[in-house]
Amino acid sequence: MKGMNRIDTRFRQLKESGERALMPYLTAGDPDLATTRALILELERRGADLIELGVPFSDPLADGVTIQRASQRALSGGTTLARILEMIKGLRADCRLPLLLMSYVNPIFHFGYTRFAREAAAAGVDGVIVPDLPPEEAAELIEATAAHNLHTIFLIAPTSPQSRIRAIAAASKGFIYYVSLRGVTGARSSISGDLDTVLRMIRAETDLPIAVGFGISTPEQVRMVSRVADGVIVGSAIVSLLEQTTGQTDQLQRIGEIVASLKAATVNQSIFP
Amino acid sequence: MAALAALETVYREAKADPAFEAEMQSYLRHYVGRPTPLYFARRLTEHLGGARIYLKREDLCHTGAHKINNTVGQVLLTRRMRKSRVIAETGAGQHGVATATVAALFGLACEVFMGTEDMRRQALNVVRMRLLGAKVTPVESGSRTLKDAINEAMRDWVTNVETTHYVLGSVLGAHPYPMIVRDFQSVIGREARVQIMEMEGRLPDYLVACVGGGSNSIGLFHTFLDEPAVRMIGVEAGGLGIETGRHAARFASGELGVLHGTMSYILQDDDGQIRPTHSVSAGLDYPSVGPEHSYYRDRGRIDFVSATDAEALEAFQLLSRLEGVIPALESAHAIAHTKQLAPTLRKDEIVVVNLSGRGDKDVEVVAKLLGCEVQG
Repeated sequence: MKGMNRIDTRFRQLKESGERALMPYLTAGDPDLATTRALILELERRGADLIELGVPFSDPLADGVTIQRASQRALSGGTTLARILEMIKGLRADCRLPLLLMSYVNPIFHFGYTRFAREAAAAGVDGVIVPDLPPEEAAELIEATAAHNLHTIFLIAPTSPQSRIRAIAAASKGFIYYVSLRGVTGARSSISGDLDTVLRMIRAETDLPIAVGFGISTPEQVRMVSRVADGVIVGSAIVSLLEQTTGQTDQLQRIGEIVASLKAATVNQSIFP
Repeated sequence: MAALAALETVYREAKADPAFEAEMQSYLRHYVGRPTPLYFARRLTEHLGGARIYLKREDLCHTGAHKINNTVGQVLLTRRMRKSRVIAETGAGQHGVATATVAALFGLACEVFMGTEDMRRQALNVVRMRLLGAKVTPVESGSRTLKDAINEAMRDWVTNVETTHYVLGSVLGAHPYPMIVRDFQSVIGREARVQIMEMEGRLPDYLVACVGGGSNSIGLFHTFLDEPAVRMIGVEAGGLGIETGRHAARFASGELGVLHGTMSYILQDDDGQIRPTHSVSAGLDYPSVGPEHSYYRDRGRIDFVSATDAEALEAFQLLSRLEGVIPALESAHAIAHTKQLAPTLRKDEIVVVNLSGRGDKDVEVVAKLLGCEVQG
């Protein structure tokens, strides 16, 4: 598959317009894939720039309770990697957003790296994040995905020393995912204050855009992070609202409104720096 | 990753430091009670009518299982790293008790994660940990067993890594853990080697040990890996029988996969989701196995078999009656296989079985399974 990856295109456009990327996360199949499909389209309409789709896993080590529960709901509903790819394939005619899969390594490893890269790219996936696969162990996956213009994105933690930042940056394509706190995913009341310093350290090693995630839930936090980062990932807050509004007729609209307000927080940033 | 790299550096420095080794030896001798005896099980040998059976008595370690060999080492590393808090996962509760014990000895804060299913079946060990001053945190997620306790301990570790060392209890998790735990446990085999040479003047023909994560088995086997005449057998939990799918025999029906930062054989479904496991013994109830075991299994160096719940229960009673030794349900799996193996061997052949822990913790569960009442 030739041509520009949608992730690169989107970050380039955002850079030109002086915007930051809003990157909502959804657990695919929570509580079913039809809901995920509808949500992706709603999120696109409400201003999301990239969407991260979590592949549910029985043992989500890097996730807090909100996404653990979402994964459990998705698995109970019979969600599998193959069905997620099928859903994305069916969605592509209507959705232009870059779509990323966030998966623990075992479901992808079991699927087969080569088969995964081929089928994910064919379905219209643009990138993959594997939180429990460090770049040192990722050579096979990188090779398989690169052949299909599928980006691999790696995570930098607050504890990563400069030497590792360099290695992670070298292995990443599309953007770098900076984990804004020590710990697992989940909404927090405050976020780390020294973000600016860390991002400068990372920028010294790479020209790739840097997206910040873990613990970011409110427009105020998004506004703060947008001052220094190229993208903001909001996961548990959206997943949590999805959980709370189960069965309510205005569910889609309420999640859409939250996403619109989060997107506004990134845009305002660039208008009033 | 940074914490794992730091741990490896500290470990390698400690290993090269004679003062660390001396301190370790001192605690193993005076606190843990090493060396543990290698005991000739005369009546069991006569009963089975085949090979001479020796029991490596890890059940006589302080706290009642081999687990403390590793926790002493890791807590000494914790002090070297100047961390003030340790956390641990536990299945049967033995590793949790061992960690809580050594944490108490050195005045460190200690939190142990334990699945609620395991808390139910190993209630005595929960009380022991609390008496030792540890906080026992119930884990409600997933299958509520060892695997879920590890998930939760890892989540805590990444959150509190600055102050906290994760005392992993088996040869699992990302490097350097399988190496560190193996090294600390290999004292079992080193002692057994000296002891069997003293008692029999030659190396054993067979080594038998149960395999959950794999720490007691690799502890016994490691020193003998270069001795081609010594055959090694790991006994996995056959649960209700391999054919029922309700077991924890990774080598019987597992496939290569990645769990908890390690590539090894894993019980998983067609979509790479981790499958629920079953064993009467909480310490063997885990869907993956130490990566070194997988390596030696693929090379044909270590053989793996399984024993069912029922076979383990029978062996539990047999050893109690014949030798006056109540084994842990985990170790009873090794005895169960020995029961089958020994009669097929000549009388001059030697089998060393790792009796990895004592069975006091299991008395309540066994009583229920045997249908007798525990009088309060």
